[in-house]
Amino acid sequence: MAKESLSINEVRDMLLAVADKIIEAEPILTDADRALGDGDHGVGMERGMNAVKEALAGNEFPNVGKVFMAMGMAMMSSMGGASGALFGTLFRAGGKAIGDAATLTGKELAVILKEGTEGVMTRGEAKPGDKTMVDALFPASEKAQEVADLPVSEALAAAAAAAAAGRDASEGMIATKGRAKTLGENSLGKPDAGAVSVAIIMATMSDYASA
Amino acid sequence: MKKLINNPLKVADELVEGLVDAYNGECRYVGTRSIIKSLIPENKVALLVGGGSGHEPIYHGLVGRNLADGAACGDIFAAPPPNIVFEATEAVNRGKGVLYLYGNYAGDVMNFDIGAELADDEGIEVRTVLIWDDVCSAPPTQKQNRRGIAGLVPIVKIAGAASQSVETLAELEAVAKKAVLQTRSVGVSMSPGSIPATGKPTFDIDPEMIGLGMGIHGEPGVGEIPMAPADELTPRMLNYIFEDFENDDEVEALAAGDEVLIFVNSLGATTMMELLIALRAAKKCLTEKGIKIYDVMVGPLVTCQEMSGISFSITRMDDELKKYWEMPCQSVCFSKMEGRYGG
Repeated sequence: MAKESLSINEVRDMLLAVADKIIEAEPILTDADRALGDGDHGVGMERGMNAVKEALAGNEFPNVGKVFMAMGMAMMSSMGGASGALFGTLFRAGGKAIGDAATLTGKELAVILKEGTEGVMTRGEAKPGDKTMVDALFPASEKAQEVADLPVSEALAAAAAAAAAGRDASEGMIATKGRAKTLGENSLGKPDAGAVSVAIIMATMSDYASA
Repeated sequence: MKKLINNPLKVADELVEGLVDAYNGECRYVGTRSIIKSLIPENKVALLVGGGSGHEPIYHGLVGRNLADGAACGDIFAAPPPNIVFEATEAVNRGKGVLYLYGNYAGDVMNFDIGAELADDEGIEVRTVLIWDDVCSAPPTQKQNRRGIAGLVPIVKIAGAASQSVETLAELEAVAKKAVLQTRSVGVSMSPGSIPATGKPTFDIDPEMIGLGMGIHGEPGVGEIPMAPADELTPRMLNYIFEDFENDDEVEALAAGDEVLIFVNSLGATTMMELLIALRAAKKCLTEKGIKIYDVMVGPLVTCQEMSGISFSITRMDDELKKYWEMPCQSVCFSKMEGRYGG
């Protein structure tokens, strides 16, 4: 049964599910980052998501945007490094852009992903094809614009599939920005750890909305 | 590696608390994790530095008399998050604006930029000068991709002195930019340090080899070469600096008669004995080119735990930079009296 929209508390619980899933995936993210970066992405994301749980669990929010913004601020303040700034910007810029929306529909999802992705691209000076988190985010955002009129559960499923495909495509890219930029062709064959995180976040949101 | 710590996750907080204790009232702990001078005069243009912890005594040890007004401190090897940068900015601001002066690493740039945006929301003017002295991290045409390493110490010293006498943020920015432009460094890594929380080495290297131009966290440089005696390695390293001044359109080549400040830094485990032997070789190399040594710094100031390796930093001095260099300064990281050795 497709779900048309999510309430403020459902969005909060969906993002708490994301936090748990990322914490569980710490070893996967650590391995992905050890292959191409300095190996601290898993631990950083785990620290960020623990802060997210503290900021969201049991709290009431006036609108959907504020839930995403609280998530972004918690990640930004707790993680440090480039990942904290970028994931923090993703959720903060996305949440800010939907104003005082009382529900999350496909339309709000499209705005969050568009503004969040643009924020990340500006902050990180990265574009699609650089082998960064943008390679999962950008296709998810593009897909979300196409399916904005669908029920939120279906829009999330389509965006999550696009993010997963983007993560897989990053394996075949040579890094020009981000954690692996100094490795050149040696970065081929493995996905970017940030793209792996984005794919997990989108998949967990989709699973929550479809459950 | 035996480390004298408590909770591995509290290392950064506890070392900054200890640093405040070392300052014995001269500095105070502010907000989440910043160290700020206790007395900053009204209407002073403020200088804020910062970066990841674990490289002590920099950056936070450079807060002090005629030096930085404050430092925003990140976790071990991680940039300070924006809220920390903002807390430090508010604490040092005296109405004349704040200059951010820190090493060019992606994480630091993003977090300090967000901190600057938060400061702007509160009406605090911020300008940024990035330190990018590592000549082996990118060619001179791509300074935006260069890392900041040990050259930060003379740069922050000069900017700190300038911040005492300038009237405007723009003047301080100009002095800091000049110091950055005239400072170039080259390093070698011989063996890694370890991450305090995990005990794991920061990088792997064949025991027979050294990393030429490798970054202080093990970032790749020019390549790996066999270990060599000091008298062979030193000219080879300095040559990268000479070539860089020569190839960079923004500066003149280093020439006979130029006066330079030379800084020989240990990355942690390399001993003073080795630094002095390297300095001896560097002096010979500079003298052969007719370059005058204006002043000398030697010591482990920009470190990465028990990493072994050294770096050379060269700052070409002019009358303005000399004026600021010769002012006295005092901090846990670096202190000097008025004037210079041999002056």
